[in-house]
Amino acid sequence: MTVTVTWYLLLGAALFSMGVAGVMIRRNALIMFMSIELMLNSVNLTFVAISKDLGLIEGQVAALFVMVIAAAEVTIGLAIIVAIFRKKASANVDELAELKG
Amino acid sequence: MGETITFIIFAAVAIAGAATMLMARNPVYSAVGLLSTMFAIAILYILLDAHLVAVVQVIIYAGAVMTLFLFVIMLIGVDRPGAYGERPLSQRIMTGVVAVGFFAALALAGRQAWVTGSSAFGAPDLNGTIETVADELFGTWTIVFLATVILLTIAALGTIALAYFDQDAEEEGAS
Repeated sequence: MTVTVTWYLLLGAALFSMGVAGVMIRRNALIMFMSIELMLNSVNLTFVAISKDLGLIEGQVAALFVMVIAAAEVTIGLAIIVAIFRKKASANVDELAELKG
Repeated sequence: MGETITFIIFAAVAIAGAATMLMARNPVYSAVGLLSTMFAIAILYILLDAHLVAVVQVIIYAGAVMTLFLFVIMLIGVDRPGAYGERPLSQRIMTGVVAVGFFAALALAGRQAWVTGSSAFGAPDLNGTIETVADELFGTWTIVFLATVILLTIAALGTIALAYFDQDAEEEGAS
């Protein structure tokens, strides 16, 4: 039994689904953010697996670019979470209802 | 055979880490779960001969991103009960159904590939060393690389601006 690209793709799909569930099920903004990171990671895994399967290096380059985007996203996102926390003293997304009419 | 065993072990570690992140009540446990998932994925990258991506994964994600997460968790405080309420049971069940359905949809969408073949990896001679990745990155994708430089600069400036303007607002509120 050899490891095929399908195994990696199924693992990536499973991790992505868990990330989706995390965004929906948790109320803590930080853990929702970690779930988004998990989704980005699972997509990277599929990129690299496909890269290996097709023999193209572009998949790995794409994975590196996704990592750069993730780093920028984490910087901004955590800054926003800290800024909100300083105003509301809470990281619970359900308490953020300022725009409610 | 060794490859299969390694894959199974670290796929299980990745899934277990993600499950820990989902379930843990304490955000620090969630961070540690995500950290173990990221290390497991780095080992899967090595299994896929993507050595540079594996090293960058450990440095960027485990080294920088998760440290930042832990800093913010400590800044916000972890020991306040009630702040991290759980969703009601009905919503959790619905989320589980949606997540499983999503996984099934993804698997079905990829079904064509895993029914029609891909017995082993098509081109096993691909080796993601620094040299091969850099040839591509600084050859074909130089403009995109420069764009990410601008993006990271803007992100850093945006973070500084967020902290700065927030301070301004607080001072106005106090006076």
